Amino acid sequence: MRLADTLRFARDAAAGYPLRTALSVLAMSIGVAAVVILTALGDGARRYVVGQFASIGTNLVIVLPGRSGTGGFNPANAITTTPRDLTIDDAAALLRAAGVRRVAPLAVGTSEISFGGRLREVMVAGSVSDFLPIRNFELVQGSGLPDDDWSRGAPVAVIGATIRDELFGGEPAVGKLVRVGDRRLRVVGVLKPVGQGLGLNTDELVIVPVALAQAMFNSNTLFRILIEATSREAIPEVKERALEILRQRHRGEEDVTVITQDAILATFDKLLGTLTLGVAGIAAISLAVAGILVMNVMLVAVTQRTGEIGLLKALGAPARTIRLAFLTEAAMLSTVGALLGYLLGESGAFALRQFFPVFPAYPPDWAVIAGLGTALVTGLLFGVMPARRAARLDPVQALMKH
Amino acid sequence: MALIELKGIERVFQLGDAAVHALAGLDLRIDNGEYVAVMGPSGSGKSTLLNLLGLLDRPNSGTYRLEGRDVTTLSADEQARVRSERIGFVFQSFHLVPRLTAAENIALPMMLAGIPARERNARVARALAGFGLENRADHRPDQLSGGQRQRVAIARATIMQPALILADEPTGNLDRHTGDEVVNLLESLNAGGVTLIVVTHDQAMGARARRRIVMEDGRIDHDSSHAPG
Repeated sequence: MRLADTLRFARDAAAGYPLRTALSVLAMSIGVAAVVILTALGDGARRYVVGQFASIGTNLVIVLPGRSGTGGFNPANAITTTPRDLTIDDAAALLRAAGVRRVAPLAVGTSEISFGGRLREVMVAGSVSDFLPIRNFELVQGSGLPDDDWSRGAPVAVIGATIRDELFGGEPAVGKLVRVGDRRLRVVGVLKPVGQGLGLNTDELVIVPVALAQAMFNSNTLFRILIEATSREAIPEVKERALEILRQRHRGEEDVTVITQDAILATFDKLLGTLTLGVAGIAAISLAVAGILVMNVMLVAVTQRTGEIGLLKALGAPARTIRLAFLTEAAMLSTVGALLGYLLGESGAFALRQFFPVFPAYPPDWAVIAGLGTALVTGLLFGVMPARRAARLDPVQALMKH
Repeated sequence: MALIELKGIERVFQLGDAAVHALAGLDLRIDNGEYVAVMGPSGSGKSTLLNLLGLLDRPNSGTYRLEGRDVTTLSADEQARVRSERIGFVFQSFHLVPRLTAAENIALPMMLAGIPARERNARVARALAGFGLENRADHRPDQLSGGQRQRVAIARATIMQPALILADEPTGNLDRHTGDEVVNLLESLNAGGVTLIVVTHDQAMGARARRRIVMEDGRIDHDSSHAPG
């Protein structure tokens, strides 16, 4: 039988039993759509988190007080176990290291801000002028913190957009005096609204000079030191140097932890990539189920069309022709189902993106290819058995069933 | 010249413990262009004989020569090819494919044989005209009368220009009038040179054949081409 005839014959046979065909196509399309949508969700989560982490800065190296993990036995540890505080001087020392572009010490605490009788609790971040460029913060009004001596705590503040709205409403905020804790500070700038980002809502943040923050919270310790390396390649070197400098400053004791943005990014990327793969695997089970359904449908087709198979044999169809006809039909069911499922999945992902614009729910290419491929392969694989059964039917017995 | 030569054909079916000899030591020779009616009671082996002649079944022993060639030793696919090219079947229940039109049903053997669509269409058009089915080309079997269905089936059986037509109770599902039309049609094909073998219960139809073979318990009880006995 010619290829075109085989295809037409299989198509007509599938069309001849619309309900059965529709059901198996539906099952296959749901399987493929599940793969597409679930991987779009998984990969969307990955992109979202990675994007959030990337947006906290570029080429960041972060120093935390205290040591996490094990670093082997250090004689200094045997004497003192309390980690030294990170200080502003520590941060200033890091400025001198090669490969470092900017350094921003960060002290954090909560306080109250009030203006004109309105009062609310806020998160106060003490830092320096370089904090804004390191964190990629932008200003909508005014300027950032003054670029002067880090140990001078000028009475100024940069406030988040929400705070501006709540305290000042529509009035201009820059130049006004606000009360933070028991100090009067002049608002010098307002941050551009960016929304929620990894736990820290910058729209509700008040940024003040680091020395002022330490004075307000009556402590001389830092929460973090943010370092921006000159380039991505410089990051490992900067990490080494920062550790070395701080160890020297802390009398040989390695009591800080240095993490790099790259490492965090890579970890999340890998973690969520694996999650996507796992989700794809779960969705693939539905594909296997769909494949089994196609097999069932084809087995029913063979039973229902036994008389026809007997006739085809009597009319001189060799076993190969009959096998091919039934295999083609199974392949057609799964191909149509797979394509339909792909469209269904893409429109589902599209709908997700419409409802959650911040969530980049795009199915990864590998998942689409694997989903379609698995659908076709399972359809064919599960089509083989019914096709062989059809081809093996005894023509005399088959003809009697009509 | 002999079209069919059967020698010592045995066909045994195993039914539980009992071995049933559907055909027992059958010898038969049918020449080109003959018109043979195979008759006999149910279970006499006439259907088994027809299946065997149509290469749908294999004998347990004995040889079957079709046009001088031993076809019992052929592989399944080679037998399929012989069926495709040399044998046409007409069934009691027509065996039309319900989802295909009359024209497509007639074209089915040519499609299976891989004949190009253009040639198929030309031959189907001639066949439709020859069998008086021009107006029924696009009708599906359920839109055709019994007589029309059997005419489609006969058109299908002859479309590959076989040497042999095997008809199993071709009028069994038809009323007498339509049945007669169908028999006339088959006989006109035989007049055109095709060998016609009809299995039937119907004495009247059997009487029309030039040669009658009556079977009994898997043996030929009576063959009108030989002396009675």
